[in-house]
Amino acid sequence: MKEIISYAHIKHNQVSVNGEVVFQSNSSLTLIEFLSEAYKNLGASYPKFHKMDAQCKLGFLCAEFALKGTNFLTENNLSKTAIVLSNCASSLETDRVHQHSIDDKSNYFPSPAVFVYTLPNITIGELAIKHKITGENAFFVSEQLDADLLVNYTETLFQGNTKAAIVGWVEVDGANFEAFIFLTENTENINKSSIFKPLNKTSVITIYNQTIWTH
Amino acid sequence: MDALIEKLKGQIIEQLNLAEVKPEEIKPDSPLFGEGLGLDSIDALELIVLLEKHYGIKIQDPKDGKTIFQSLRTMAEYIKSQGKS
Repeated sequence: MKEIISYAHIKHNQVSVNGEVVFQSNSSLTLIEFLSEAYKNLGASYPKFHKMDAQCKLGFLCAEFALKGTNFLTENNLSKTAIVLSNCASSLETDRVHQHSIDDKSNYFPSPAVFVYTLPNITIGELAIKHKITGENAFFVSEQLDADLLVNYTETLFQGNTKAAIVGWVEVDGANFEAFIFLTENTENINKSSIFKPLNKTSVITIYNQTIWTH
Repeated sequence: MDALIEKLKGQIIEQLNLAEVKPEEIKPDSPLFGEGLGLDSIDALELIVLLEKHYGIKIQDPKDGKTIFQSLRTMAEYIKSQGKS
């Protein structure tokens, strides 16, 4: 049986884990300031974090919060762990930064460190590098969180070699941002907590709407 | 030379987003790549951009970067040699 074992949701300058707000910052902070505060709160030490673009930072943090306190990475074969992410704006925010750097021909200094993030699936790459995950991966672009698509695709992967997956939505477009990531694994024959939910569209929509944001 | 090295420290930290690195932690003769600051290939490209943006120096052959970017001191010496400090 495939179950969702943990999930995290970031929006409104707050982080929730399994439906409970675990971190919130001043709502006036910019996205980058908020991400920096959330990173400190997480207590992570990963210098490469500071080099990531906003979308990768957001996806990285959301995944870290979902993973924290679980045995997901140690109990699963990372070569059989998939990463399936999605969003609406693709890499538009970083595309804009890159475009800005090449607008003025007399001040033309495109940054290689920015340019490498002008693809949305780099967020998957950052997670894969951090945790040495080498399984299947896919990044979908859809107008909004498409629970049907994510569940169906992940189910398809489970029919192959995949035994676990990190799945979700990581969106940054200007000041608007949101990340929602859940961890799912094949829990057959393993006695797991009753709080876990079966991997299906209803569960995904339920946990996506579960958090009561404080502002 | 020391003033240029200090200036480079700040510019490198800013250009490469080394948010967790303090200027005093970058030693003038420590390797920038590998066991030193642990920079990667993208950082090498950023250093090339840094030289062009702040000092007007264009590295014509990227292979020269291996020598120029060995350490802060070799970077500073190269900038001096180009009469751009």
